[in-house]
Amino acid sequence: MPKVTFIQPDGMQTVLEADTGTSVMRTAAANGVPGIVAECGGSAMCATCHVYVEDAYLDGLPEVSEVEDEMLDCTASARCANSRLSCQLNIESDIAVRIPEAQV
Amino acid sequence: MTAQPATAAVPELDLDPFSDEFLTTPYPAHEQMRETGPVFRLERYGVWGVARYDEVSRVLAAHETFVSSRGVGISDFAKEKPWRPPSLLLEADPPHHTKARHVVTQIMTPKLLRSLKDGFQQRADELIARVASRGGEIDGVADLAEAYPLEVFPDFIGLPKDGRENLLPYGSMVFNTFGPRNSHFERALERGAKAQGWIMEQCRPGAPAPDGLGAKIHAAAADAGYSAEDQAKLLRSFLSAGVDTTVHGIGNALQCLADNPEQFAALRKDPSLARAAFEETVRYSSPVQTFFRTTSKDTELSGVPLPEGSKVLMFLAAANRDPRRWENPERFDIRRKAAGHVGFGFGVHACLGQMLARLEGECFLSALARNVAGIELAGEPVQQLNNTLRGLDSLPLRLTAA
Repeated sequence: MPKVTFIQPDGMQTVLEADTGTSVMRTAAANGVPGIVAECGGSAMCATCHVYVEDAYLDGLPEVSEVEDEMLDCTASARCANSRLSCQLNIESDIAVRIPEAQV
Repeated sequence: MTAQPATAAVPELDLDPFSDEFLTTPYPAHEQMRETGPVFRLERYGVWGVARYDEVSRVLAAHETFVSSRGVGISDFAKEKPWRPPSLLLEADPPHHTKARHVVTQIMTPKLLRSLKDGFQQRADELIARVASRGGEIDGVADLAEAYPLEVFPDFIGLPKDGRENLLPYGSMVFNTFGPRNSHFERALERGAKAQGWIMEQCRPGAPAPDGLGAKIHAAAADAGYSAEDQAKLLRSFLSAGVDTTVHGIGNALQCLADNPEQFAALRKDPSLARAAFEETVRYSSPVQTFFRTTSKDTELSGVPLPEGSKVLMFLAAANRDPRRWENPERFDIRRKAAGHVGFGFGVHACLGQMLARLEGECFLSALARNVAGIELAGEPVQQLNNTLRGLDSLPLRLTAA
């Protein structure tokens, strides 16, 4: 099973095993990882499951869709080059994401 | 051994989900449907039903197989002429739907909604402080749940002050017409017909105030190449779906808080729980109870074969109380993580106004927490029966001002 690492703003790390094909957001929600709000439940409407993907894992991610791109312009913490909505990241292999300071 | 026809294994239920009895108290029937199997038949209407969280979510997600363009009510647009020109959003499929949806999402962004918060909050505080200081018995529906959205929402769109009372019967009509032609359908059509003229008038390009969302929708729709008629149809979606739903959400929240004093006490103590309290209301007492989809081809769901053209009724509210997904689903708990409920749907057809609804709900409930010390029932609430929606006609309350 692929491993997902969540890094909190204070550096605290949670490493979880995830089912291939589930999203990073769902993995966080199912395990109560703080900092992933995901109000809309994965419909790419709320921009509250924002994460920064660690550089080593950026290759091979699905392209940012137009809808996700629009939402990423609305995140509560600053958008960076490695910003993604975790509801749009389906897990295929190990990944590590950093959780922003604020989601709402 | 002879092979059983595949449908033999599918439970047939005699329930009428549009009867007064069902609409008044849907929860025992919801449980029966969830427990009877992952997919079932509703004999009376010749449609299929899903009431578990997993199946409802899967039907919502598979929008290419379970389409919306043949209507999200019981009527199949491939066989029957719809009573009004179909919505470009609700009753459409990609790629047409994608284009129409983009017109709205590029404008109604979370960023825009955040910019509205201070104004929405102030008006909620003023309204609730005023109503609470009146003392005596109030109607939680007319005085609060209807009053607040009817104040902030039409202003946000840019509608004139006169005629706003038409929004409620129009919305009620639209949601009633997703059901069969029963007494609710007929009565709603009669009452709604009077409102329809005003609604269509407000949807015309140039009608909404130039600084409101309505004018922005028109401009973006015109840029995207939509005709004047289609621009009006896009705005019509807001006026159809934006008011009754929020009114019911707020009314149901008031009822839940009056019924659960310990939850109101928790909200009083920490008004930052307001947004979560609204979310939990949408899960626990979902304003939109059901929607249909239609299969675009022969398919299969949880082992049940569904032929092309099958109408599938999704019991969103039953999924939101499915014990397979929720711990103590029958408990109203504002500290619960309610995110993931399907009260606003899911996927490409997820409610476009959901972030606006959350904003209104949050502002209202945090104002309630700060301005009201006690909330208790002063009489029996009266349910407003609608083929799709769950909400109240009246909610007698006694408020103690803080």
